[in-house]
Amino acid sequence: MYVSIAATRATKHMRPYRGMWDLTHSFAYSNFGALMDAPLRRTALNSIHKNLKAKMVEFGGWEMPVEFSGLIDEHLNVRTRAGIFDVSHMGEIFINGPDATRLLQKVLSNNPGKLKHGQIQYSGLMTDQATFVDDLLCHRFSDDSYFLCVNASNAEKDFDWIHERASGFNCAVENRSPELSQVALQGPFSEAIFRPYTNIDLSKLRYYWFAEGDVMGEKAIVSRTGYTGEDGFEIYVRWDAGPAVFERILEDNAGCGLKPTGLGARDTLRLEAKMCLYGHEIDETTTPLEADLEWTVSWDKPAFDGRDVLRKQKELGIDRKLVGFEMVDRGIARHGYAVVQNGQQIGRVTSGTHSPYLKKAIGLAYVPVGLSALGTEIDILIREKSCRARVIETPFYKRKK
Amino acid sequence: MTYPENYRYTKEHEWIALEGDVGTIGITDFAQRELGDIILVDLPKAGAHLDEHQTMGTVESVKAVSEIYSPITGDVIEVNDSLASAPEKVNQDPHGAAWFVKVKVSNPAAADALMTADQYADYIQQKAGS
Repeated sequence: MYVSIAATRATKHMRPYRGMWDLTHSFAYSNFGALMDAPLRRTALNSIHKNLKAKMVEFGGWEMPVEFSGLIDEHLNVRTRAGIFDVSHMGEIFINGPDATRLLQKVLSNNPGKLKHGQIQYSGLMTDQATFVDDLLCHRFSDDSYFLCVNASNAEKDFDWIHERASGFNCAVENRSPELSQVALQGPFSEAIFRPYTNIDLSKLRYYWFAEGDVMGEKAIVSRTGYTGEDGFEIYVRWDAGPAVFERILEDNAGCGLKPTGLGARDTLRLEAKMCLYGHEIDETTTPLEADLEWTVSWDKPAFDGRDVLRKQKELGIDRKLVGFEMVDRGIARHGYAVVQNGQQIGRVTSGTHSPYLKKAIGLAYVPVGLSALGTEIDILIREKSCRARVIETPFYKRKK
Repeated sequence: MTYPENYRYTKEHEWIALEGDVGTIGITDFAQRELGDIILVDLPKAGAHLDEHQTMGTVESVKAVSEIYSPITGDVIEVNDSLASAPEKVNQDPHGAAWFVKVKVSNPAAADALMTADQYADYIQQKAGS
């Protein structure tokens, strides 16, 4: 049996897969590559995962749990009860000082100036070409104090990017990724499960807001955000406090439906909810307009990196667009597969999987704008066979409020 | 999970059970565990000719696609159609109910070159240690 990882991007950094066993070492989305030859980094929770007999894989240069009880089981459990995730590989960049807002206005597509204290906003970190250096969550503490939650494999790149552009701005940019653990609690039971461990009034914490407080005697930041399409929290504590938070919440609540959940389910959950994955839907070649993320572009704020390119693209129209599809023919269209027409490649699949919740094959793809209308049938090449798919509405899954 | 003594195994994690010149082929428990939740199995049709070491189909889990190689040369005489609607059987009973195909084998003695259960158990042990 020869396993090819479905969701990898063919980059020059990628090593060839030599059989099945490589699966455990290289379950990787595109977010691996540059760090390929470096030793894998480990979160503070690494030994907990191993004690729980998780299947460990490489992701973005980190050794992370891909599944515990099984991907589909974990996925459905998050939709119906709750899952706990170690996402300590994610990066945290702090920006403090009188010019913090002005700096972020320059480098981000969205408008952090609109944020109230304690509010969170999804945004692109933009190149001059209006493509994505990264996508991130911007948290505003006060008028001149922020923290950005960024992708694991981009943390250093993002920090360098922002730091380089900060000269002339009166503010400090700090990469605090190595100091912080992040534990995510996701699913409808999250609030009830988490309530006893914090002095933060969770009932008052709204979606895309955060609070500073105490979690099990530790100073913490708690955000009502997530990457699953469910209600839930992302909990930031100091690096060494991460294991106790994860372990105690899991031990106390395993009897009421809480399960440790790996990056495998995190990926299928985010895809059902149509949340972008850097290196798949967005990267340094795609713009927010193409990626159907115009809502993250603030047209009325002061100039920002890439704005002129975006304005022009808005005026002239885009050539390609990110759409959601379901397979009509049998098969699963994976990352990197070609969208074809008359034997020519006209687009590409950015993510695709079997949806555990909807029980059908779904995915996202860039297609020419002329083929982006709902109901349009497109052809995707799956291992040299042309298979029919249909453009459908996204998100594929939306939770009931 | 123990590996049946009367089966032979490949380095690519397929098994074959021979009865006379009829061989039953499947993937090992190690393989299904590595793949995780299996959601699609593509198999050759009855009558298809298989060559040793050549691709005979694919198995997909939620996160990965893998090719299945035929452990032996022969012609497919029966296909386990139940896997089309219930691919999860491969996770549940990889050495039994989730067999893939039955093959009329050209040269049954060729199976002697494959690993025995003990050899295969050692082989995956080494893999795990590496």
